[in-house]
Amino acid sequence: MVNLLEMPEPTSTKTASPTTTPAPEPEIERGLIEIEQLDFVYGNHQVLHDVNLKIQPRAVTAFIGPSGCGKTTLLRCLNRMNDLIDGARISRGSIRIEGVDINEPSVDVVDLRRRVGMVFQKSNPFPKSIYDNVAYGLRIAGVTKRTLIDEAVEKSLRSAALWDEVKDRLHVSGYGLSGGQQQRLCIARALAVEPEIVLMDEPCSALDPIATAKVEELIRQLKAQYTIVIVTHNMQQAGRCSDRTAFFYLGRLIEVDDTTRIFSNPGQRQTEEYITGRFG
Amino acid sequence: MMKAKTRRRFLEQTLFWLFRIATYLVLAAATYIFLDIGIKGGRTVFTSKPPFVNLEFLSQPPQTLYVFDFEGKKMTLGDREFRQWKVQHPGVEVEASSVAYSAGGIWPCIVGTALLVIGSMVLALGIGISSAIYLSEYSRNGPLIRLVRIAILNLAGVPSIVFGLFGFGLFVIFFGWNVSLIAGWFTLGLMVLPAIITASEESLRAVPQGLREGSLALGASKWQTIRKNVLPYALPGILTSSILGIARVAGETAPIMFTAAYAMKDEMPWQVAKFTDFFFQGVMALPYHIYVVSSKIPQNEYTQRVQYGAAFVFLFLVMLIALTSIVLRERSRSRLSW
Repeated sequence: MVNLLEMPEPTSTKTASPTTTPAPEPEIERGLIEIEQLDFVYGNHQVLHDVNLKIQPRAVTAFIGPSGCGKTTLLRCLNRMNDLIDGARISRGSIRIEGVDINEPSVDVVDLRRRVGMVFQKSNPFPKSIYDNVAYGLRIAGVTKRTLIDEAVEKSLRSAALWDEVKDRLHVSGYGLSGGQQQRLCIARALAVEPEIVLMDEPCSALDPIATAKVEELIRQLKAQYTIVIVTHNMQQAGRCSDRTAFFYLGRLIEVDDTTRIFSNPGQRQTEEYITGRFG
Repeated sequence: MMKAKTRRRFLEQTLFWLFRIATYLVLAAATYIFLDIGIKGGRTVFTSKPPFVNLEFLSQPPQTLYVFDFEGKKMTLGDREFRQWKVQHPGVEVEASSVAYSAGGIWPCIVGTALLVIGSMVLALGIGISSAIYLSEYSRNGPLIRLVRIAILNLAGVPSIVFGLFGFGLFVIFFGWNVSLIAGWFTLGLMVLPAIITASEESLRAVPQGLREGSLALGASKWQTIRKNVLPYALPGILTSSILGIARVAGETAPIMFTAAYAMKDEMPWQVAKFTDFFFQGVMALPYHIYVVSSKIPQNEYTQRVQYGAAFVFLFLVMLIALTSIVLRERSRSRLSW
């Protein structure tokens, strides 16, 4: 049985969403991601094999694994960013967010991406002012009331721990910020549209340790409100800021468990070898 | 041994000088052209008295020049002045030889060229930017798109006289537009289209993919992303490259000689009976005027004035356009950098 009250798509019915969890609270349902038997191909090249994964809401889930293991591909499946790539498609299985298959034709991909925000590996502020960067998503969504946008900009910049650093120069180009600030600006921008899920693709890979520490602190704070999925190459980072860790290798999900467990007592030999640095 | 070395050195030196002379040849050619036009045309365009610019040449239509002897003096008068002179000297019979278009100015040609450029660039930019957006943002690489790209490449290589002939056959004859502005717009527009498409596509591709993904990830639709977060950043590049297209449109004679250009027209383009006539009238144009005064009328010492004067003004306008393009490009480069 699944509680349908939280589902935004009126088209989905009970029969269309078989879930095994016994009647959870609606609040817990919000931001739940279920990946089932997922195969993914680029043309003829299969990059994900039979991935089954349930991502808990209001927690940080880290995807770790060596380069080319498919973790970024999986992340980009969650807001259908792979739609942009020629020949890339899901060949089997499904991804359900709050019980709705996101690849159904009835799902509006624009709406999906508003609900599933994303922060990219290379910080990509728009060549606009800091204010306009954060306001972009709202304006796109048709919000025109100045007071509403002002409020949302301040709130998002505060959530991204950037407000105090930029409040006096909101109308200066976002390009003038440091690398770490730019990445936090991108996080603020993603938060401004109030998503339920925030995907982060190696958000700290281009940042120095101090900026990284700030972003990690931010991630720990954000999980109170958002479901966070983070792809990282940095094992310590996964250890520091995630609750659950999924280890991928050659397109397969090898193991997923509580982060403390993965790092102290992994169930699989490959996981242990990767974590202890014997390969990858 | 020694001899071989000398010979090698001689060869080295010869080649060095050959390449060097070849390079400096460009400089020599450019200097000659600019000096020649500058000096000969300058005599027409500038005057020794204030305002130092020959306003009559820039603001008057061409007139026939009358040359005759009167009381031992050689008189050169424009059409209007000549008629006045005859009124002032009743009863005097003179043997006047006439030289077409060699008095007056080139004002209608400047206006005509401006109209041709504006219309054809509006057309070419509209169609060109649209198809560049399609090619760069929407289309997926398939056989049809490859065919489109080949077509663009080939269109860019078509000689301008062929465009002229095509425009004549299609717009002037088949559509029945006659020799008209609108036929010239379409002919010139199609001629620069490949350049505009290529330049626009390059500018669009130069916008980092991260900006598109960032926008889409915030829930923007594809068109919203293009309109708000791609096109604004590509537009300066598109416009600066298009300004070079303007120089080409303004400069070509072949495409308009059958489709839009008149050798001589008394009315200015805005002197039309009704609004729609505006589009279906032929106009005078600078490059065509230079062609006419240089090859269609008997040459003598009086014809040079207009030939070089028009060439001077024409060169000046084209350089002005090119300069604008460079300034705009530098400005937009400093404003947008990623």
